Amino acid sequence: MQLIFEKSRPGRRAVTWDMPDVPSATLPPDLCRSAPAELPELSELDVVRHFTTLSRRNVGVDTTFYPLGSCTMKYNPKMADAVCDEPGFARLHPHLATSEAYWPYCQGAFELIFETERLLAEITGMKQVTLQPIAGAHGELTGALLTAAYHRDMGNVKDTVLVPDSAHGTNPASAAIAGYQVKQVPSGPDGTLDLDAFKAALDDSVALVMLTCPNTHGLFEPAVEQITALAHEAGALTYYDGANLNAILGQCRPGDLGFDVMHFNLHKTFATPHGMGGPGAGPVGVGERLALYLPGPRVVSFRGGYRLATPDKSIGRVAAFFGNFLVAVRAYAYILHLGGDGLKEVARHAVLNANYVFARLRQAYQPAFPAGFMHECVFSAAKQAQRGARALDIAKALLDYGFHAPTVYFPLTVEESLMIEPTETESKETLDAFCAAMLEIAAAVAQKEHALDHAPETTPVGRLDEVRAARELDCGC
Amino acid sequence: MAYLPATDDDRVQMLDTIGVASVEALFAGIPEHLRLNAWTVPPGISEMAVRARLAAMAARNAVHQVSFLGGGVYDHFIPAAVDELTRRGEFLTAYTPYQPECAQGTLQATYEYQSAVCRLTGMEVANASLYDGGTAVFEAATMSVRLTGRRRIVCHDSLNPTYRRMLDTHAANLRLEIVDGEAPDNAACVIVQNPGFLGDIRDFSELATRCHAEKALLTVVFYPISLGLLKSPGEMGADIAVAEGQSLGLPLAFGGPYLGIMATRKACIRKMPGRIAAATRDAQGRRGFVLTLQAREQHIRREKAMSNICSNEAWCALRALVYLSLLGKEGLREAALQCHAKAEYLKSRLGFARVLNTGPIFNEFAVRLPRDASSVAAAMAARGYFAGLPLSACGMGEAHDLLIAVTEKRTREEMDAFATALEQASCN
Repeated sequence: MQLIFEKSRPGRRAVTWDMPDVPSATLPPDLCRSAPAELPELSELDVVRHFTTLSRRNVGVDTTFYPLGSCTMKYNPKMADAVCDEPGFARLHPHLATSEAYWPYCQGAFELIFETERLLAEITGMKQVTLQPIAGAHGELTGALLTAAYHRDMGNVKDTVLVPDSAHGTNPASAAIAGYQVKQVPSGPDGTLDLDAFKAALDDSVALVMLTCPNTHGLFEPAVEQITALAHEAGALTYYDGANLNAILGQCRPGDLGFDVMHFNLHKTFATPHGMGGPGAGPVGVGERLALYLPGPRVVSFRGGYRLATPDKSIGRVAAFFGNFLVAVRAYAYILHLGGDGLKEVARHAVLNANYVFARLRQAYQPAFPAGFMHECVFSAAKQAQRGARALDIAKALLDYGFHAPTVYFPLTVEESLMIEPTETESKETLDAFCAAMLEIAAAVAQKEHALDHAPETTPVGRLDEVRAARELDCGC
Repeated sequence: MAYLPATDDDRVQMLDTIGVASVEALFAGIPEHLRLNAWTVPPGISEMAVRARLAAMAARNAVHQVSFLGGGVYDHFIPAAVDELTRRGEFLTAYTPYQPECAQGTLQATYEYQSAVCRLTGMEVANASLYDGGTAVFEAATMSVRLTGRRRIVCHDSLNPTYRRMLDTHAANLRLEIVDGEAPDNAACVIVQNPGFLGDIRDFSELATRCHAEKALLTVVFYPISLGLLKSPGEMGADIAVAEGQSLGLPLAFGGPYLGIMATRKACIRKMPGRIAAATRDAQGRRGFVLTLQAREQHIRREKAMSNICSNEAWCALRALVYLSLLGKEGLREAALQCHAKAEYLKSRLGFARVLNTGPIFNEFAVRLPRDASSVAAAMAARGYFAGLPLSACGMGEAHDLLIAVTEKRTREEMDAFATALEQASCN
């Protein structure tokens, strides 16, 4: 279809402005651009048709089952979007927080921040939470910066962060940006951290041990308590990557498992739709030891209201204001609505659904690990790949059945991996239809080599030439 | 229970298929003594009750004052079609376009957004988005380090002081030398902002030439709406252009979600952080779009990636694209002209205060009031105006200094009444 720029016609307008009610003003020509930016010239209807058409070339959770492992593509209630439209939230200028003169005018926002941080701390057993980090990876970076500030303050010289080989790529990348060396720790054959390798890697140069639990194989780390204890004995801090928090809501808490610092992915667990890749939010929770270093300013309660204060040894600001505030509004509304009992049921049903899918597919696809999957299950399509149907081909075939594909080729530890996270919001009928499609695909591959080479055939375009995209590199016009 | 479709029958059948007696059995991997017994998360309440509670909370925030607050975040008009279109579930509830065949909406919109950013900034390539203006400045700094092999970052005094502090925080352990000034000697980059934080507009073309003579890069932090009128970073010779994109159709929202914009020269693209959409073809020759140059990113390169960014602000970038498409070439120019003319008008009405800007401004300026700016701001808020940002609250200027911003939304009538009220609050 045409680009929006290709639809432009000189002189066509959508938005018009009132005649200026003040005298016109001029600027020296050398400060002005030589010609207006070549933005498209369109009617409002042109714009509406263009973006409506584009939207129909997409699938989302609202249209399609989206079992993208590790991403927790659950249904996010519309109620959580609606509360963001309250003018008192949507139209509130953040600099009201900058000057004390304006604090009486944003007490509702301060209360929301204070209460959301408090609830997130209770849900995870952490001492305090900051809403400032803007995304999960930004939370990881904040956690690593807090770690560095702590060790510096304690006079500890440590330059290494330990990361399991199954971790999200953001873990090592965030540690590196915080100035650390990264050492990778392998997983054992059962998909959990190799404890002996971990012990061997753990020395007094280690500043931080990062762990995802359940890990990205969907497995709870059985030695989690031992890992955090050993890390502490070696003088390291421990980091909980909250990407898979959905699986353990109300079942156990990172703070109780011995973690010093963690991030949440509010967009995964707490009712913010993923928006094609963001915005999310990555609040960070800390235990006692790191509270003094948190980003400031922080909302604190004061004489029946709220004010701002900065912790004594704060690392400074990681966001210009309070992070992605409207994402926090959604999370707060979601937590209030579901309540403690509802959140527990979220985890129970997320795990039930994943295990159901696993049970239905385990004969047709090779399980990556024998047992113990929680909120997601991981298969290897190595067997299918030998018959010319790689994980990527299976993913494309699923698109023709009207489903989004699982995550493929992650975790990197599993050959031809297919990682399926159905989430708690999907019905048994949807899971059955998905499993039926997966089984039909497996049967087709068993019957004929290279059976999936032409998939997908029902999507707006077929498989796209990625080599050409990189070689010709047309990334804007 | 809300959003959980499983019925009792479903659960029985599913457990039977799995071959366990209860859901609890599926949690056997969590050691018993680590299980949570009790927590104090309150019981759930209905959607109706949640809506009422949040509405009451929102009502304790003031949004009906006539506002002259800016300081990097601006109250611009947002056409209705921006909300209507971007809220379609196919956009809002999709994820990163890992399967391009069923994400052409996302990918084409990203390509068009990148194109719009390039047209606006006069730069050659743009990424799909970063978090916000402040983190975009940090990413520009580390990108400059990668491109030049140097470790000195020079911050011009026009730079937003919050961005300056965020740079210090993020780079705390990177052994960079972050200094103030504009001397490009041995620098990875000089970071300037236009309009400056206090509203001054400048032409940094000559500085760009000096930077390039010293083999340093020039990063220009821009204000998107101002580019309806002002010389673009590309025209000045910038190597990297970054911005807070909030002004392009994003609500004030007490600070987020906003949008980090980044653009650069084609030669620098492989060191740029963030996702990039590119055009290509399918086997039938149909045009389509994919994410490209992913080997720069964390999911491939891990600790050697250009950045740790994963989730970004894609939906905010879509809002910016829809906003720019609705305003169009003329609409954006007119919006910028109105912002400028209205700010000049208000500035001319504040004869009782001393304007601190000595050169031209765009839509924001600083004044020194006869009285302490914080107490004037408090008095004015009680009278229905957010008079501006007291600069001392940002660690800048003197106690009497106030930063005042004007957008196309302010009317002459509002500004006349405001000028009178401000004079009374400042002088009596």
